[in-house]
Amino acid sequence: MADLSKEPFNLIVAGVGGQGNVLLSAFIGMALVREGFTASVSDTFGVSQRGGSVTSHIRISRGVACSSLVLEGQADVILGMEPVETLRALGEFGNRAVITIVNPRPMQPTGGVSYPDLDEVRQAIIKLSARTMFVNATEEALEMGDPIYTNVILLGALAGADVLPVGREAMVEVLKARFPGALYDVNLSAFKKGEELIRDAAGIFS
Amino acid sequence: MASVIAADNPGAAVLLMGNEAVARGAIEAGIGVASAYPGSPTSEILPAIADVSGERDIYVEWSTNEKVALEVAAASSFAGIRSLAVMKQNGLNVALDFLVNLNMTGIGEGGMVVFVSDDPGAMTSGNEQDSRMAAKWFDNPLLEPENAHEAKEMVAWAFEFSESVNLPVIVRGVTRLCYTRGNVVLGDLPAGMRKKARFSDVWDMYNPTKSKFTATPSPVAHRLLHEKFEKAREILENAPFNRYSGPDNPELLIIATGVSAAYSAEAVDVLHLKERVGLLKMGALWPLPKKTILQWLSRTKNVLFVEEMDAFMEGSVMELWAGAGLHDGGIRFHGKCSGHFPPCNEQGADLVIKALTDILKIEHQLIDADYKREAAEYMRLVPNRPINMCAGCPHRATYWAIKNAIALDGRNGFVCGDIGCYAMGFGPPGFFQARTMHAMGSGTGVANGFGHLGRFGFDQPVIALSGDSTFYHAALPALVNAVYNRSNFTLLILDNGATAMTGFQPHPGTGVLATGEPAPVVDMEALCRATGAEVMVCDPFNLTETTQAILTMMKKNAGVRVIIMRHLCQLVKVKRKIAPRYSMRVEPEKCIGESCGCDRLCTRVFGCPGLMWDSRAGKAMIDEAICVGCGLCADVCPAGAIRKEEVH
Repeated sequence: MADLSKEPFNLIVAGVGGQGNVLLSAFIGMALVREGFTASVSDTFGVSQRGGSVTSHIRISRGVACSSLVLEGQADVILGMEPVETLRALGEFGNRAVITIVNPRPMQPTGGVSYPDLDEVRQAIIKLSARTMFVNATEEALEMGDPIYTNVILLGALAGADVLPVGREAMVEVLKARFPGALYDVNLSAFKKGEELIRDAAGIFS
Repeated sequence: MASVIAADNPGAAVLLMGNEAVARGAIEAGIGVASAYPGSPTSEILPAIADVSGERDIYVEWSTNEKVALEVAAASSFAGIRSLAVMKQNGLNVALDFLVNLNMTGIGEGGMVVFVSDDPGAMTSGNEQDSRMAAKWFDNPLLEPENAHEAKEMVAWAFEFSESVNLPVIVRGVTRLCYTRGNVVLGDLPAGMRKKARFSDVWDMYNPTKSKFTATPSPVAHRLLHEKFEKAREILENAPFNRYSGPDNPELLIIATGVSAAYSAEAVDVLHLKERVGLLKMGALWPLPKKTILQWLSRTKNVLFVEEMDAFMEGSVMELWAGAGLHDGGIRFHGKCSGHFPPCNEQGADLVIKALTDILKIEHQLIDADYKREAAEYMRLVPNRPINMCAGCPHRATYWAIKNAIALDGRNGFVCGDIGCYAMGFGPPGFFQARTMHAMGSGTGVANGFGHLGRFGFDQPVIALSGDSTFYHAALPALVNAVYNRSNFTLLILDNGATAMTGFQPHPGTGVLATGEPAPVVDMEALCRATGAEVMVCDPFNLTETTQAILTMMKKNAGVRVIIMRHLCQLVKVKRKIAPRYSMRVEPEKCIGESCGCDRLCTRVFGCPGLMWDSRAGKAMIDEAICVGCGLCADVCPAGAIRKEEVH
C-alpha cells in the first residue's frame, strides 16, 4: 500500500454517464474512510442520466477535509473508464507526473458527433502521462455476461496498481458491505479480474 | 444492508453524501415528519429518511409539489413534532406563497427546517438562482453549510434554533454540497418515546385574533416577526458555524459562505498566505450577525467576498458597513463588484487563487505551461459529448412521432416543452421539437395562451408536453383552465411510470408510496376525462399508430385533446429486471451507408446511444454494451437493414 505521498492526494475518475463511475468513486471513498483517511468524493456531470461526460474528483487527506474539486493540472492518478474521457481529463488535470489507468473501449458520442481515431487518442494519452496502463475492463465484463461489472473490474485494477494509499482489503470490505450473497461473489471475481489485468498490463512510460 | 443513515454508532466516521448527511442530521434531531417533491440536487434526502422511516418512526411523503410538502411539514410543527421539508431552488419558488405567511405565524412548538438547494452551473436544472435572497426578502433565518459533516451538524442545530425563535429555518445547499461525499462523524440518535402530537391552539370567540396560526392581522404579525428576528440575530452572533482563521489584523479579509469557504481555505493554503490573509467562514448568514462582521471589518483595509451565485453577503455587508458610518475607514471591497467573480456558474479554488494573486499582486505558477500547451494541442481530438436520452427511452419514440406528425400536418405546428428528461427535446435528442421550456407545468400553461390566439390569425397547431409527475405537480390546474376557458391544443402526457430524471421516485399515478408501500392510484386518465377533455392512450413504441393519433388530434383544431403516452422508463425496466424485448443487429449487406440517401438517419438524426457509426466500414452497427433491445430503430431505418428479433 502506498503512503499518502502528498496532501491532498488527487484521483480523477473520468467516464461517461451510465458506466458506473459514480458508484466506483463512492467505493473508493468508503475504503479510504474505513482506513482512517479523510476523503472527499465529488462528481461533475451533465444533465443527462446517460451519455454525458462524468468526472469524479477524489481527494485524500488526513485531518481537515479539503474542498471538493481538484485544481487544474493537479491530478496524481487518472482512472479513465473511456479513452476520449481520459484524454479530456488529462487536458484539464494532467501533469508530467500523472499515472493513468485506462479502459480502452470507446463509448461513441451520439447526435452525429464522430469519434476520433482511437490510435491517435491512445498515443496522446501515453504522451501526456508519466505512465499508462491499459485495462480491457469492458471486454472482460462482457465476457462475464454484463457490462455492469466494468467499474468493479477497474476498482480491482486500481487496487492492484498500488498507486493509492488504500489497499485491496479495505476495498473488498466495501464490496462485502455493499453486495449481499451471490452478488458479492460475482463482484469479488470481477475485482480479482481487475487485479489480474493490471498485473499483466505493462506500464507504458512516456 | 442496514442503512448507514440509521447506524446507532455515535462517534463513528462514515462516508456520506451531503444529501445523506442532511437526512442524518434531521434524524439525529428526532424529526417526526419529512416531505419533499423530487428535485435534483436534493432528490436523495427523502429516500434516505424513507429507508429508516419504520425503525425511526418517521412519516415521510413525496408530495405532489413543494408547496404541499411545506404545508404538510408545517402542520406537524404546529402540533409539536419536528419536521423537515426539502426542495430545490425552483421548488422554493412554488412553496414561497405559503412560506411568506408561515414566518408570520411561526411554527409552533415543533422545530422546522426547510432544506433548499441551489444549483450553480445549472448542472441538474433549467435555471440558476440564489435562494438566499428569499431569506432577506421576507425575513427568514438562513444557514449555509460548508461540507457534509457540517450539513449534518447544522441541520440538527437548526431545529433547536427554529424552536427558540419560533420560525422555520432555511438551510441552503448547493449542488457541490449535496453531491459531494465526505467524512461525517455520527452523533447520538434520539432515544425514548416521541411526544404526543397535539394542536393546542384554542380559538377564542371573543378574541378571534388569538390564534397563533393565522397570519392576520398582518401589521401585528409582521412587527412580531421583526422582534423575533432580533432574537435570532443574537443567537447567530454566537452560532458555531461562523469561524475566523488568520492573523489578528489581516492585510486582506476573505468573507466566504458555504462551499466557497473550503475553496478559499485551499487557495490561501496553496499560495502560502496564512500570515497575510484572514478567512471569515460564514455558515449562519441571516439575520446578518452584525457584531461579528463589524468586528472583523474594523481590522482590515481589504475585503474579498467569495460566494456562489449572487452577491448576497457582499451586498449585505457593504450595506452594513455604509449604515454603520465606518466608511471613513477606507475599506476596498472585492468580489462580484470588482469583477473577480461572476454572478453565475460554479466557482472553485482556481478562481479564488486568481483573485488573490491579482489583488495582492503576487506571482504564482501552479501549472507547467509546457505541458499545458502540449495537452491543449491534443484536445482537438476530444469531441463534445452531447447530452442524450438513454437507449430505449420512450421519449425518443414520442418525439419521433411528434416530429413526423408535425411534418405531415404541414401547418408549422410546434411543441411547448416542460421539465423532466424530455426537456432535452429542445436539442438533438428530441429532434429540436420543443420550442418553449420554462417551469414545471408551463408547457400546458403556455399552450393555454397560444390556444386563444386564433382570433389574431394564429393558425399553428400547438402540442403541450407534460411528464407524469409534472402532470400532478403543476400541469393539472393548467389543464382544468384550458378546458374551462375553451382553449385549443393537444396535451401529451409522457407517462413513463416514475419521476425519472431525479431518480425514479414514485408519484400519485404509480400506486407506490415514498416508503415503497402500496398506495391508491390517482388515475391520470380518469382525471383528464373528468375535466371534459378528449382523452386517448398510446404506447409510443407503436410508432405508426402513435404518429397517426397525434396527427388526428392536431387536426381537430378545437377544444383540449389529451394523449397519454404510456411506456415504462427504460431504466425502471432495468431496475425491475424486465428483459429486453428484442435482440438487434444490422445486416451489413442491407446497410448501404452513405449511399443510402438517408444521410445516416439512424446515427446522425435518430441518435440512440445504442447505435454506432462504424466509419471504417461505412455502416451502422449496434453497440451491444448499450443497446437494450427496444426495437425502435428497426422501424426508423429506411433500408430495413436494422433487424429486430423477438427474444424468448
